[in-house]
Amino acid sequence: MNLLQIKDLDLDIHGTPILKGVSLEIGEGEIHGVIGESGSGKSMTALSVMQLLPEGSACRGEIHLDGMSVLEASEPDLCRMRGDAVGMVFQEPMTALNPLQTIGAQVAETIRIHEDVSQAEAMARAGEVLRRCELPPEDFPLRRYPHELSGGQRQRVVIAIAIALRPKLLIADEPTTALDVTTQAEILQLIQQLVREDGMSVMFITHDLAVVTGLADRISIMRHGEVVEQGDGASLHRSMTHPYTKALFAASSHQPERAGQRAETPLLKVDALVRSYPAARRSLFGKGERFRAVDGVSFEIKKGESVGLVGESGCGKSTLTRAILGLEAAQEGSIHLDGAQVLAGGQASAEVRRKMQVVFQDPYGSFNPRHKVARLVAEPFHLLGRKATEAEIDEALTSVGLTSGDKFKYIHEFSGGQRQRIAIARALIIKPELIILDEAVSALDVSIRAQILDLLADLSDTFGLTYLFISHDLSVVRAITDRVLVMKQGKIVEQGPSEALFSNPQHPYTQTLIEAVPVLPDADISQVETT
Amino acid sequence: MRNLVLGLSLTVLFVLGAVISFLWTPYDHTSLEIANKLKPPSLAHWFGTDHLGRDILSMIMVGARTSIAVAIVAVGIGITLGVPLGLLAAAKSGSWLDEVIMRSNDLIFAFPSLLIAIMITAVFGPSAVNAIIAIGIFNIPVFARVTRGAALSLWTRDYVLAARVAGKGGFRISVEHILPNVMNLLIVQGTIQFSLGILAEAALSYVGLGAQPPTPSWGRMLADSQTLFMLAPHITLFPGFAILLTVLGLNLAGDGLRDLIDPKLRRGAR
Amino acid sequence: MLRYTLTRTGSLLISLIVASLVIFFTLEVVPGDPASFMLGINAQPETIAALREELGLNQSPWARYLSWITDLVQGDLGTSYTYRSPVSEIVAERLVISLPLAAYALALTILIAFPVGIWAATRRGSFADISVMGGTQLGIAIPNFWFAMLMVLVFAINLRWFSAGGFPGWDEGFWVSIKALTLPAISLALPQASILARVMRSSLLDTLDEDYIRTARAKGLTKGQALRGHALRNALIPVLTIIGLQFSFLLAGAIIIENVFFLPGLGRLVFQAISQRDLIVVESVVMLLVFAVIMVNFLVDLAYSWVDPRLRGRR
Repeated sequence: MNLLQIKDLDLDIHGTPILKGVSLEIGEGEIHGVIGESGSGKSMTALSVMQLLPEGSACRGEIHLDGMSVLEASEPDLCRMRGDAVGMVFQEPMTALNPLQTIGAQVAETIRIHEDVSQAEAMARAGEVLRRCELPPEDFPLRRYPHELSGGQRQRVVIAIAIALRPKLLIADEPTTALDVTTQAEILQLIQQLVREDGMSVMFITHDLAVVTGLADRISIMRHGEVVEQGDGASLHRSMTHPYTKALFAASSHQPERAGQRAETPLLKVDALVRSYPAARRSLFGKGERFRAVDGVSFEIKKGESVGLVGESGCGKSTLTRAILGLEAAQEGSIHLDGAQVLAGGQASAEVRRKMQVVFQDPYGSFNPRHKVARLVAEPFHLLGRKATEAEIDEALTSVGLTSGDKFKYIHEFSGGQRQRIAIARALIIKPELIILDEAVSALDVSIRAQILDLLADLSDTFGLTYLFISHDLSVVRAITDRVLVMKQGKIVEQGPSEALFSNPQHPYTQTLIEAVPVLPDADISQVETT
Repeated sequence: MRNLVLGLSLTVLFVLGAVISFLWTPYDHTSLEIANKLKPPSLAHWFGTDHLGRDILSMIMVGARTSIAVAIVAVGIGITLGVPLGLLAAAKSGSWLDEVIMRSNDLIFAFPSLLIAIMITAVFGPSAVNAIIAIGIFNIPVFARVTRGAALSLWTRDYVLAARVAGKGGFRISVEHILPNVMNLLIVQGTIQFSLGILAEAALSYVGLGAQPPTPSWGRMLADSQTLFMLAPHITLFPGFAILLTVLGLNLAGDGLRDLIDPKLRRGAR
Repeated sequence: MLRYTLTRTGSLLISLIVASLVIFFTLEVVPGDPASFMLGINAQPETIAALREELGLNQSPWARYLSWITDLVQGDLGTSYTYRSPVSEIVAERLVISLPLAAYALALTILIAFPVGIWAATRRGSFADISVMGGTQLGIAIPNFWFAMLMVLVFAINLRWFSAGGFPGWDEGFWVSIKALTLPAISLALPQASILARVMRSSLLDTLDEDYIRTARAKGLTKGQALRGHALRNALIPVLTIIGLQFSFLLAGAIIIENVFFLPGLGRLVFQAISQRDLIVVESVVMLLVFAVIMVNFLVDLAYSWVDPRLRGRR
């Protein structure tokens, strides 16, 4: 008897079909991975089980949870079910908790709604639940507010809220996507441990194949609101038959082909760089301490080289990037680009700036929505003190796989992947030496990401570009770089050739980092048609 | 959409009334006919006559000029001073300049238009110009705040960072990237301040701090009706409805514009 | 929490000092010679000289400001030239009408706006919501002094429930006085309540879209429980800002509304003082009102930190 049975579930939101005939079963104690790219309907499947769908939703089909027909249940019955029989964990721990209530009160609330217990008893039990989620009350008093905790700790509170009553089913919707790799590993471990102890079933929703393959008993692959393939977690990578599944596996472990053509001349030279900020003062009259975001960083990038900079959030990589781009002055040390000092006299000269460009993470926030593509792409020409010619704009657009007709459009007419191509065109147009890719593929779905990585590799070969590839995603960095720098707390703790560093990390932090990365089993992707 | 059409129609109606009044009014709004005073609405005088026998419709048409002129100039003062200040504060956010600009804004907020008008009038005597200045000064921090708030969030966008990488300075970025993207918000805020300006002008004229005779004004018409409205309610009702409908029209138009421009703000605060 | 309060108090003091400077220099330095200004062009030179002496105008502006502000702190507002009595006494007599009126109107504003805003938010998009929001559009557009005249027409003249104006004085009994302030307070409160109800509604709708409301619902809370337990307090934060701003509009509005109802409050005092060119009285009343506005916004700032724990640790 399955704990959760979804049969032929259709979902329309305001008349638009979102889910089409989704069927899915989760047995008792089973971890079921639901995988798909954005818009595949995986989150809506989960919200259908909870019946917490947006307004204007209409479900047809069957959902049975532990003998209860969810689609036929009354709202009071559903309220009794939520939090008691099913717990849910969400993606964004920073916003999933009420900022005005203590963590203790928020966990205790789950208990108080479903059981007739006193506030004191509920709080005591909340403490125990938080302890199970590795936030012992001795170190994390129940009186704490969410803003006093880190992202990983907040996610533990969210998990505590979900499992407080030992539900039969836990729905985890991208629970680790917003977290750093090492935190992700801890949270995954916690979920596994809770499942073992309580014998819970889990619906684990993610876009990341690697996260789920080591975890799930069964896997469903979703696309465009349909389940395209289901299989065993341990063997799907061998037994898969659907072309989309194969393409997904292929894209996830995609390795772009690159022809190395490195020169020995250094292009970028960062020497003993220090950038510090005034730290929050501890007392009203206390001496202001300084927080060293970048703390004595030195490295070199040679012409034509592709160098990765990895580190978790808050390690100082953004500050370092801004300093290299000449957007922020450093207190100590120097940055030289092609022999010239960046930020000489507090101002980066146009001469230096024209040799480097940048591509940002967010394909939606990178462009002024009021300008046409031609103007957006031509912006760096400000550095040359002249307007771009039509031919130059056309060339930049065609070199990233767009057409010259695209220059007359506005940015909202393009998809995320296309926008990232336009961002690359903007970076390329004045033919810089160095392109800084600041999490440039992190916001993209895996299949799009693979295409952009290929494009970057091609461009580097064609134009002899040098890349500084900043990312929190180690597998991407491994695929596209020659050399890697590992950054922690403002310092470069280890650097070396990518393959050597990833296969044989020396520094303990690098080791933790690499160990934390979920690995995809070598898939049999030989028969995948190229897309 | 319905709101926008209704709001714009009302607004256009009153603007038309004001414009036509330059060329033609049913009667001369200054001609007194004491014999004909306090006449209720009739075919000859659609809106009746006031205590001096003047035609109320004509006075309302001419009064619309005052209201519109005062409100437009006051919004103009707010925009020309407030928007650059807001852009500057956002461009230099966190600096002492930002702090000074924002603190001065807070300070002006402590002086409602009425208090500014009281102070100016106490020193320079009452006039419509005082009303404009008083309302205009209060508009400055309103536009500065709206501009700064929106600009601050735009400054964190990657496209601004890209412009900085392209070597553009704070002034150029403010003009090229920030201003066009806060324009929508400013148009909406402008219509709101315009309607508030009409209300404020009416209130100031009502208490004698605004337009002075012989300049006709809706607020003064209400003040004149003060002692007589028990006898002839129409002398109070028509100028009041003129204010109400103009302000309502502008507010509806503002809300409609906001919906049209930015669906995300569809039920935004007001 | 303590640090927050301290820095807020610091900026409160700075605001008060700068505001007093602005008021003092506008009313006592800009007119040139306040004495001849107050007495008019026909005054005898000896009278002007006597008044200059009385006002201490022979000192430098800074010295006058300092002595004015030190007197002010001790509650001495100077002597009115026209009334020939201490301004503090005149103002105090009037304040007991204007301040209760503004407070009464504020209370009404909140009492009307909160339930209406919440009620409309929970019925988002329904006919009830749309008609209530349409009603608030009307409420915002009505000039409060005109609304007051209409109310006099209906409730005082036709229905005879209230008197058309005047104030019996608090000595005549609390309820009689409150009754005399009721129509003025309602006409002040209605437009502000319309604004506040809209803010309350949209703020509540925004919070209802937040992730933590989904978390609360996933715990098993009903919509109503999630609204009461989680959305309401969060929605209050922007509402507080508006309440702070509204108080200044209510004070200014009270001055105008007093004219409609012939209430002997600060409004009547200040308009008389303007026509009599009694700058000392004008200055005192403006300073008092600005002080009240700044104080209320200070209290709103403190209320923030009571509502929002994130502010307590911060500057």
